[in-house]
Amino acid sequence: MISSIIFILLFSAGAVWVTINFLKIRRNILIGKEIDRKDNPAQRWKIMTLVALGQKKMFERPIPAILHLFLYSAFVITQIELIEIVCDGASGHHRMFRSSLGGFYTFLVSFIEVLSVLAFIGTIAFLSRRNLLKVPRLVKSELNGWPKLDANFILIGELTLITFIFMMNGADEVLFNNGWSHAEDARGSFGLAISSHLGPMLFGGMSESSLHIVERIGWWGHIVMVLGFLNYLPYSKHFHILLAFPNVYFSNLLAKGKFTNLESVTNEVKLMFDPSAVVPPPSAEPMRFGAKDVMDLSWKQLLDAYTCTECGRCTSSCPANITGKLLSPRKIMMDTRDRLTEVGKNMDANKGEFKDDGKSLLTDYIAPEELWACTSCNACVQECPVNIDPLSIIIDLRRFLVMEQSAAPTELNMMFTNIENNGAPWQFAQADRLKWKDE
Amino acid sequence: MSELKVTTMADYLAKGEVPEILFWVGCAGSFDDRAKKITKAIVKILNHANVKFAVLGTEESCTGDPAKRAGNEFLFQMQAMTNITVLNGYEIKRIVTGCPHCFNTLKNEYPSLGGNYEVVHHTQLIQELLNSGRIKIEGGSFKGKKITFHDPCYLGRANDVYEAPRQVMINLDAELTEMKRSRANGLCCGAGGAQMFKEAEKGDKEVNIERTEEALALNPDIIAVGCPFCNTMMTDGVKNFNKEQTVKVLDVAELIAQAKDL
Repeated sequence: MISSIIFILLFSAGAVWVTINFLKIRRNILIGKEIDRKDNPAQRWKIMTLVALGQKKMFERPIPAILHLFLYSAFVITQIELIEIVCDGASGHHRMFRSSLGGFYTFLVSFIEVLSVLAFIGTIAFLSRRNLLKVPRLVKSELNGWPKLDANFILIGELTLITFIFMMNGADEVLFNNGWSHAEDARGSFGLAISSHLGPMLFGGMSESSLHIVERIGWWGHIVMVLGFLNYLPYSKHFHILLAFPNVYFSNLLAKGKFTNLESVTNEVKLMFDPSAVVPPPSAEPMRFGAKDVMDLSWKQLLDAYTCTECGRCTSSCPANITGKLLSPRKIMMDTRDRLTEVGKNMDANKGEFKDDGKSLLTDYIAPEELWACTSCNACVQECPVNIDPLSIIIDLRRFLVMEQSAAPTELNMMFTNIENNGAPWQFAQADRLKWKDE
Repeated sequence: MSELKVTTMADYLAKGEVPEILFWVGCAGSFDDRAKKITKAIVKILNHANVKFAVLGTEESCTGDPAKRAGNEFLFQMQAMTNITVLNGYEIKRIVTGCPHCFNTLKNEYPSLGGNYEVVHHTQLIQELLNSGRIKIEGGSFKGKKITFHDPCYLGRANDVYEAPRQVMINLDAELTEMKRSRANGLCCGAGGAQMFKEAEKGDKEVNIERTEEALALNPDIIAVGCPFCNTMMTDGVKNFNKEQTVKVLDVAELIAQAKDL
């Protein structure tokens, strides 16, 4: 009875707190500019099924893909068992689905156990890749400090979670075999695929009361870890486990080479060509060409930032990064998220209104040198397993540098002048354009 | 070698005729000495296949691609609108480009500004001419040669055109070999995003050197490209390794023109 109350209080607190944080992040994302990503729902569902649910792009690199698949499928399938844990916790029953599901229950929990073992192996491999093997993309400088810690927290948390599952199931197996289990309909065999072997091995000689304690530690530990994880997500790169799905759904469906045409510019150019052209009146908001800060980006670019799990596939395929330049597409996404978090906190402190803090994404987080190293080759966009588009942010920031600050590198300014004067990026006269024919 | 037959759009209009297709030569194709050879190779192929094509000549102007990638949206849209006025004035329906950057910009970024055309890259047009039998190639001079194709970013990843250049080269009867980073995983030559027009940012290596190394590791006779800027970058890379005597950097159009001895 008391444990049910504690459980309900704990669960409710966890659910309320995470909801508050989710709503804050939603608000932060929606400070971004409007962009239409709701067209073509059929194609969007398809791409979400293939890329997010089906992990299609992960399999470009098979080894991490398989390890990741272990964790991913264990995570997805475990949610079924979580339903029972929540029902048990709230009602004070023990394994309440077992009697009605019978053999299927054993199959289901056994399946989860097998996946959990695979996930355990996968997690150990991931920890080793980060901390022992030091896979280059997982030890780049932008991961120093919190990001590295964050990654290790998550992995160690996963190991702990799985350990709790096996404490719970293992001890329960032994209890069951001795006729001490509190499970509903405690007849027949428990017989979980892993715990029926692991349980007796680890907890075989224990007394009934010790076994009940181990089982309860496992049970409570599991649910506390789950609630903890859920509440950790909004502060962590691990948010991708939820945001990957909407982020892929709202993917850019057009050719990757197609950059946006700024409508504000189109209106001005039309007026230059024809002063009597009918264009929409300029909005009351001060107009800014390109992006200086996160509020100048689109909500999709901001969703991208929260979705990024810092895997670094983008950076490891970036020609600029490969050749030692300052640019790292992953850092562009991390910076965007960090700045957005900062802006969000600013809004929290100022009754929902952003008060100018004298900082901006451009220069305070991302240096022009990073932006000018980009070849716009789209390798980062191609690589991202959850369809994040760092390139569009790089271009929007470049636009601000060039159109608002005239801060392009000198050679590029010369190229602009040549195009303006000669219709070519070099100093050749337009009148000579057909000379090649007679040479 | 026969004389190049090149007619401008203005001449067609004067004659009251309509060409099949407009050949968008591009700035590199018009002015860069190396790229002019590619332009001529494309013209030779079009002439040989009796394609009735036009060029804009002095009425052509930069598509605005380098300005746009560098962030100068104003200049890009000024260029785009000027070009669209010319193209729409001639009622252009179909365009072939000699450069993936012009291809991408005309195809993807002009429509919302009022320029709607069917745009193909020259490798796609050559494939079409081969498929329809308007040109035929028997192996010949490239038989047994080892060729590796470097995917241009703005043809490949940007527009998902990976097969056309490869399908065209199959006709050469050569040994086509792939770099590890090819097709969607292809590595940039280093010229895109307006890098062509500036010094590279500080780093420990040039992108074209990284890419050329990868190509040279295959010991090819020819590095095939489909972009005048890739051509420059790879040619410089090959020179850097003093391999220009043994390894040629050639556009797919040049391979076809040479195979036909045009």
